[in-house]
Amino acid sequence: MRIGIDVGGTNTDAVLMDGTTVVSATKTPTTPNVGDGIVTALKQLIAQSGLQSSSIDGVMIGTTHFTNAIVERKHLQPTAVIRLGLPATVCLPPMVDFPDDLREAIGGRSFLAHGGHEFDGREISPFSEDEIRGIAREIQAAGIHAIAISSVFSPVNTSFEEKTAAIVREIIPSANITLSSKIGRIGLLERENAAILNACLRTLAERTVTGFKSALAEMQINAPFYISQNDGTLMSADFAADYPVLTFASGPTNSMRGAAFLSGLKDAIVIDVGGTTTDVGVLQRGFPRVAALAVSIGGVRTNFRMPDTLSIGLGGGSLVRGNPVKVGPQSVGYEITSKALVFGGDTLTTTDIAVAAGYAEVGDANKVADLDAAMVAAAQDRIEELVNNAVDRMKTSAAPMPVIAVGGGSILLKRPIVGASEVLMPPNFAVANAIGAAIAQIGGETDRIFSLADMSRDTALATAKQEAIDKAVAAGANRDTVEIVEVEEVPLAYLPGNATRIMVKAVGDLKES
Amino acid sequence: MRLLNERNIEDIALGAAVLGTGGGGDPYIGMLMAKQAIRDYGPVELYTLDELDDNDLIVPTAMMGAPTVMVEKMPNGDDIVNAFKTIGKYLGKPIRATMSIEAGGLNSVVPIYTAARVRMPLVDCDGMGRAFPEIQMVTHTIAGITATPMAMSDERGNTVLMETINNRWTERFARSVTVEMGAMAMIALYAATVGQLKTAAVPGTITKAEEIGQTIRSARQTEEDPVKTVREAVGGYMVFKGKIADVQRRTEAGFAKGDAFIDGIDEFAGKRLQMSFQNENLVALIDGTPVVTVPDLIATLDIDTGEPITTEGLRYGFRVAIIAMPCAPQWRTPAGLDLVGPKYFGYDIPYVPVEERYG
Repeated sequence: MRIGIDVGGTNTDAVLMDGTTVVSATKTPTTPNVGDGIVTALKQLIAQSGLQSSSIDGVMIGTTHFTNAIVERKHLQPTAVIRLGLPATVCLPPMVDFPDDLREAIGGRSFLAHGGHEFDGREISPFSEDEIRGIAREIQAAGIHAIAISSVFSPVNTSFEEKTAAIVREIIPSANITLSSKIGRIGLLERENAAILNACLRTLAERTVTGFKSALAEMQINAPFYISQNDGTLMSADFAADYPVLTFASGPTNSMRGAAFLSGLKDAIVIDVGGTTTDVGVLQRGFPRVAALAVSIGGVRTNFRMPDTLSIGLGGGSLVRGNPVKVGPQSVGYEITSKALVFGGDTLTTTDIAVAAGYAEVGDANKVADLDAAMVAAAQDRIEELVNNAVDRMKTSAAPMPVIAVGGGSILLKRPIVGASEVLMPPNFAVANAIGAAIAQIGGETDRIFSLADMSRDTALATAKQEAIDKAVAAGANRDTVEIVEVEEVPLAYLPGNATRIMVKAVGDLKES
Repeated sequence: MRLLNERNIEDIALGAAVLGTGGGGDPYIGMLMAKQAIRDYGPVELYTLDELDDNDLIVPTAMMGAPTVMVEKMPNGDDIVNAFKTIGKYLGKPIRATMSIEAGGLNSVVPIYTAARVRMPLVDCDGMGRAFPEIQMVTHTIAGITATPMAMSDERGNTVLMETINNRWTERFARSVTVEMGAMAMIALYAATVGQLKTAAVPGTITKAEEIGQTIRSARQTEEDPVKTVREAVGGYMVFKGKIADVQRRTEAGFAKGDAFIDGIDEFAGKRLQMSFQNENLVALIDGTPVVTVPDLIATLDIDTGEPITTEGLRYGFRVAIIAMPCAPQWRTPAGLDLVGPKYFGYDIPYVPVEERYG
């Protein structure tokens, strides 16, 4: 049996799953020391199910803890950045686009060194050991242990970043080193930014993962545990301690993966209706479609593969007012249980409209019995329009697709949705996050530029696929189950030799120990 | 003369992306470079052509190469200064200022970096009034100004100076040198006097881009219809409103070509617009009938925010407005149409000025 845990900013949710069955689910408040909340959740889960801790095969944890640390600028370590690329890139030094308060929070020390590669693999300039030694000594003298290393075109050739790390480790044996090539894709600033965010989170990550470990030890759970990452796959706990930044945006991913699991669908639109906003995402082959554009975290631009979600200002607490009727984006939020009409409040919300229209039984229906029927109809029309537009914007083709509705506010979605072949509202949707964590798989990906002048397109694709599969296996996937879930080819303008960027993602089931 | 600060640069890059008609590069790197240079070296002076002496020498500066490489191997900064100064050294004359060669998201702001670095002014004009993919496609060519002497510099300190027999040869050689330099080069070319530029250049481009950028930004804050306000700000025409139904892409000879198909909404319901692009938007047809063609400007705007969408960013489901703007008058001459008319890009469609269809 597997346990899935979602450590959110407000609640810690946990589910116990036997194969594909949800045996038990629980929700408790998140604690400042995240381990305590996990222990409470596990205790409840075990009490509810009468489970022996020895029969647990694995624990999967999803957390927003590291994202929150960046957003709140808390628990961040002083960090130094070494970038290899001189004489290129000087005009935009590391952290050039960081918000000032974040740059200050991590000390903002950066060094430029020779090295780096061209798009076709040539060296920009020769690597200099002495230069790196000098930089490492300066970092040592400053007493800094968190170090991010980036190199121009390191996704094409990782050697300079690796050589640099080896030299730095010789001089500062206790260094926590993050290589940009291990984290991001083409786009130096964005990849380097992600490496810096990772470096400054490493100490917190080690502490947090240790907290998770001791929570499990306290419950006498000896099963291996994993942390879920932003693409819906798992990493081992030790890997997560090294790469906390890969947990960013794992929340929406887990929720969408959970929705896929609960509904049994692999290709669908997911609508998550909360109190203030509705997030619409797309499942492709069981995984969230990723955003094509740069994503900003805590004011820092990165190029992570984040789920492509559209957020609109519609939720169960959205205000309904005006003539013609306007819905949202303002909302009563968590105060819905005191402010909405059906709960005895004085504010007309979308929940009141749903109750008045007979869609939902929430609170006291008598309190909305006198609402003007034409106004209620107009508000429903507006809600329908907002939902239809959002769903349509996220679709990749005109063909109808199934829609999965989750979240407390999905009571608003009783009308048919244009372009939806069916609308599903699965049970247990409130813990979709924790379920998404529990069912996660292991992935690997590659992202490189291939010159199709030197090799056929088929060879390039096969090479890229093999690299992705090998990476997934190295990360702990069972080779027999690994399959390619995503292939993207982008022909590059203004480059010779039919240069093409190929991105491949492979995913497989977790190898049982 | 007025001073450009960091805020102006964001507006210029955003507005230039509208004039870039779907191409012209990602503004992010150029914008960061220009902002950083102003932070380090102080604000940049912007002059109109009329404020300068007719004999003043102006040398445009730009980045040339693959956008995918620019986001990975950023310039040194000295490279563009080297290219710029090499032209002055070769001509043996003092340079008075730099200018933008194209009004795209990237190359509208790169010369602001140059200006800040060399402590010289920027001139409020450009050589296209929009974006185009090749070196000879500038209004200077029509006026008989040669691209060469052209200087191309890399971050290592290499500078290649070339003289060619015409601007199309310049394009050929420059493309090869760019590849050797790592698919990206900083360039200075099309040296001309203010007197020449008064007829050869497209005046007022920087200010126009800035006004468009400001309009989009303020439309976000008020609840006005941003597309309508942008269209009014650029003096353009509403060609179409709809939802992208399909995008087909292919690569030919290093150019990202393709077609977007847009199904009409509101007053355009029941109609379908086909937009053909090659890096930039080139031709729009409604139900098979041409409505706007290059060199007039075809911009794709997000219907909710008024923000420009690049050809790479076109995706199924986006709700877009297509607006058209008249091109600079130089492009409408026989020589201009020869350089950048529909025929040059392989479309067998006669050019009809957009005002004649919508005026």
